[in-house]
Amino acid sequence: MIPGQFVYHRPASIAEAVAVLAAHGDEARPLSGGHSLIPMMKLRMATPEHLVDLAGISELKGISQQGQTIVIGAMTTQADLIKSDLLASALPIIRETSLQIADPQIRTKGTIGGNVANGDPGNDMPGLMQCLGATYHLSGASGERTVAARDFYQGAYFTSLDVGEILTSISIPVPPAGHGYAYEKLKRKIGDYATAATAVILTMADGKVATCSIALTNVSSTPLFAEEAAQLCLGTSLDAATLKAAGEAAKSISDPAADGRGTAEYRREMAGVVTARALAKAASRAMKGA
Amino acid sequence: MNEMVITREQREARLEGMGCKRKRVEDVRFTQGRGNYVDDIKMPNMVHGDFVRSQYAHAKIVKIDASKAKALPGVIAVLTAEDLKPLGLHWMPTLAGDVQAVLADGKVCFQNQEIAFVVAENRYITDDAIQLIEVEYEELPVVVDPFQSMAPDAPVLRPDLDGKMTGAHGPRKHHNHIFEWTIGDQSATDLAFETADVTVKEMLSYHRTHPSPLETCQCLASFDKIKGELTVYGTFQAPHVIRTVASLLSKIPEHKIHVIAPDIGGGFGNKVGAYAGYICSIVATIVTGVPVKWVEDRMENLSTTSFARDYHMTTEIAATKDGKVTGLRVHVLADHGAFDACADPSKWPAGFMNIVTGSYDFPTAHLAVDGVYTNKAPGGVAYRCSFRVTEAAYCIERGMDILAQKLGMDPADLRLKNFIRREQFPYQSALGWEYDSGDYHTAMNKAMEAISYRALRAEQKAKQEAFRRGETREIMGIGVSFFTEIVGAGPSKNCDILGVAMFDSAEIRIHPTGSIIARMGSKSQGQGHETTWAQIIATELGIPADDIMIEEGNTDTAPYGLGTYGSRSTPVAGAAIAMAARKIKNKAQMIAAHLLEVSEYDLEWDIDGFRVKGNPERSKTMKEIAWASYNSPPPGLEPGLEAVNYYDPPNMTYPFGAYFCVMDIDVDTGVAKIRRFYALDDCGTRINPMIIEGQVHGGLTEAFAIAMGQEIKYDELGNVVGASFMDFFIPTAVETPHWETDHTVTPSPHHPIGAKGVGESPNVGGVPAFSNAVNDAFGFLGSTHIQMPHDAWRVWEAAKKLGVHA
Repeated sequence: MIPGQFVYHRPASIAEAVAVLAAHGDEARPLSGGHSLIPMMKLRMATPEHLVDLAGISELKGISQQGQTIVIGAMTTQADLIKSDLLASALPIIRETSLQIADPQIRTKGTIGGNVANGDPGNDMPGLMQCLGATYHLSGASGERTVAARDFYQGAYFTSLDVGEILTSISIPVPPAGHGYAYEKLKRKIGDYATAATAVILTMADGKVATCSIALTNVSSTPLFAEEAAQLCLGTSLDAATLKAAGEAAKSISDPAADGRGTAEYRREMAGVVTARALAKAASRAMKGA
Repeated sequence: MNEMVITREQREARLEGMGCKRKRVEDVRFTQGRGNYVDDIKMPNMVHGDFVRSQYAHAKIVKIDASKAKALPGVIAVLTAEDLKPLGLHWMPTLAGDVQAVLADGKVCFQNQEIAFVVAENRYITDDAIQLIEVEYEELPVVVDPFQSMAPDAPVLRPDLDGKMTGAHGPRKHHNHIFEWTIGDQSATDLAFETADVTVKEMLSYHRTHPSPLETCQCLASFDKIKGELTVYGTFQAPHVIRTVASLLSKIPEHKIHVIAPDIGGGFGNKVGAYAGYICSIVATIVTGVPVKWVEDRMENLSTTSFARDYHMTTEIAATKDGKVTGLRVHVLADHGAFDACADPSKWPAGFMNIVTGSYDFPTAHLAVDGVYTNKAPGGVAYRCSFRVTEAAYCIERGMDILAQKLGMDPADLRLKNFIRREQFPYQSALGWEYDSGDYHTAMNKAMEAISYRALRAEQKAKQEAFRRGETREIMGIGVSFFTEIVGAGPSKNCDILGVAMFDSAEIRIHPTGSIIARMGSKSQGQGHETTWAQIIATELGIPADDIMIEEGNTDTAPYGLGTYGSRSTPVAGAAIAMAARKIKNKAQMIAAHLLEVSEYDLEWDIDGFRVKGNPERSKTMKEIAWASYNSPPPGLEPGLEAVNYYDPPNMTYPFGAYFCVMDIDVDTGVAKIRRFYALDDCGTRINPMIIEGQVHGGLTEAFAIAMGQEIKYDELGNVVGASFMDFFIPTAVETPHWETDHTVTPSPHHPIGAKGVGESPNVGGVPAFSNAVNDAFGFLGSTHIQMPHDAWRVWEAAKKLGVHA
């Protein structure tokens, strides 16, 4: 549990960070909150020779609203997300999810950018970002580009992020006022990754689901955007049969690994259970909000 | 004149003696980060050692190439078995009469076994060097399942024992067999089963887990070549025994070895044994001439030093049709891993498993234990329990529930019907123990009333009906557990460790001004001895606890004792403290008589001094007596006021308790919520009720963890999986249920202050309470037994097997 040698860099701007990363290519890794990378380095499963700490780049921090879009800087910590009044009113699901990540100590260090960019299927934010239809802003030696969260994840720890690129911010369309939401996470204990988790955003009109978006966490090598499950809910009152069907649809795209949280079969079943429960909770919140 | 108006109650309260909720004095430093743990100790020129460990569970070592590591700047030495061989230290004796490879001698028998010890200038270089050592392996077939270990064609795990068909505990039946231990009347027991109205039989597995103290095992060894003296700071629950073993192995005379256990961050049995890290650090300091520190990381701790449990208990109970038990028959398959390093008293290869008759009046019983080798880490320590007592309690408490279900009886009523009655104590159990005291019916009735047991059963019945009607997906379980512990090892007639009798000791010295320094052979790892030992002395000698300093752990200054584990400190060292205090009190009485110019027989003890019978105005306080003892003792009497006592207990003590767990289970996720947990403990005389409550809270939290998911697991290749806090279940404040505590007091008749020990009771009684609650919840659906641990996915699987998801 002792890391090998590395050179520590602390750039002050995105441009400087990109330059350092470009100079060292594969040998360099950006460091945000460090709660995934540093344990991997201590286990010597990650052995970067250059560690580029993004903590000194102030332009990577902060939450702002630009019209109907909320922009969150990559180095914004989960604790900051929880504290934000703007998010609490416009995107309460972010607060609800953040509160289920790790524990208070880790949330003070862990960042949203690190959480979504690392490609760890256990992380909670990638699924949520897919549910919300978020866009990632990337910056590298060859310039800036954007990638939709729904297109970003290719496999465990394998994303669209190129070598030398850093994720600088996330923009999220604000869902309509009165929307229903829920992040339902089944986990063994505080600090654990999800056995299965589901994010739901929906709107209701006349007691029926008008719009619905669902994404699943940690039941595959990537987060899963559960399009079919969401489709099944549209126009329904989320009666028991619909909830069951949506749960089945979520299960059908899940492909979890067996681990300490349970067998693959159990974890797949739980994807269905938490999806149905998230839908029911989101609907009840939408009805209350209406 | 103020002295005159102080009431007797105030004088007594001022002492903060036994029965007082005295705040823990050690917490002043612990809560301010000012404890002094092994890793806080730094010595000049200190270097760091760590291990190259085996990737495989079972393999031949073809070659170890350390040339690249040795070439790395800052690397001082790389030790392998070849280097230890000339010293005869490549193998070490275990506490259980087996031998264990210090560094793998040509072969590895479990994953993460120690292969080489690397010493370098700092921990970074040590770890860099470890990465550079190339070990060439030739994989061998692996035995993980203890039920497969004695198959005729099972691979030979211990070729070093080849041809030895007798082990430390008698004949071996197979090349992977360690011992068979039997006790009880087999033919009478067989007869009880043949003639019984009702019998039940179930294989109850108590899975492998680990004590996992917050501070891992570590040591700092320093050899002074000029003086020929060895100093070892270490996480030792039994520092004196470590010194004796170190002397026997190293041939350094015992008086030239200074073993010091500083503050210890939890032990729970993990820090009783002798580990390769200690031996290698000692060899390395002798070889290099500089102090060598070894600190385990979390994964090493969980996967190498001292697992617990791994007992597979085929349990049978015979009974009459109206629920009177007539016989108990238990066979245990005990998985001891690759080396038998169980930390039990030497004559007890299965610990005190023969307490398995529990709190019940079994006319006859028989127990057989087969210990076997597998390709898993060695250990088998008593994780917050006396030796194998939590296994025994789980066995009988699950067994009684299974019998109750078969009889259609309420499990609490079945227990009430079969308890040993108060008038039967001292009670001779069918498996050889003499229970010193108990009042089980009173405790059980008090507990049942406190939780409104009958009302809970009625509520459960209503919920079961609602579940059957499809109105709820939640089921309710009520876990009943009534345990009897056996602690305080132990009487020299039957307890020793490698020939060292299991007495304990106390040395009390009163200074001229009446303050006290006292040292014991026990060693706190968080139990609060600095607080409670002072309370015993305060009551015995009438000196305020705040004026008493307690020291433990330094073998140069503390009297020889066997250390702290198995809830032995209060039963053994606690008795030594009282006895040493009483020696002082006897001398003090002589001095007081001299000062008051009366006969000793005219004096009586009064809270903090002696007074003349019938003339209470004439008195001498202990403080006054202390001054006189040095400066004006009676003619002919040796000056000073101090005493030593080595206490060999006449019997064990037998704490008991009634625990109830109320649980709600979501059958669709398998998640169990603890609604209520009530623990009534009877540990005899209560020295500090607040510390007792803390002990019970901690032990219940560990019991909750074990029952509900804490596990050391191996895959079929012998890879240890989940050996980090990512997977190994340590409950946080969020998961930990609220604990309700209660007590009765049945003092031990043979202990000088009537105390019995409590630290381990909650683990012993807690695990069956949780497991019985899960099993009780599913009983109405036709389930008889669900194996631990009861983590959500396994509970869900149990529900699925019962068809509730259809």
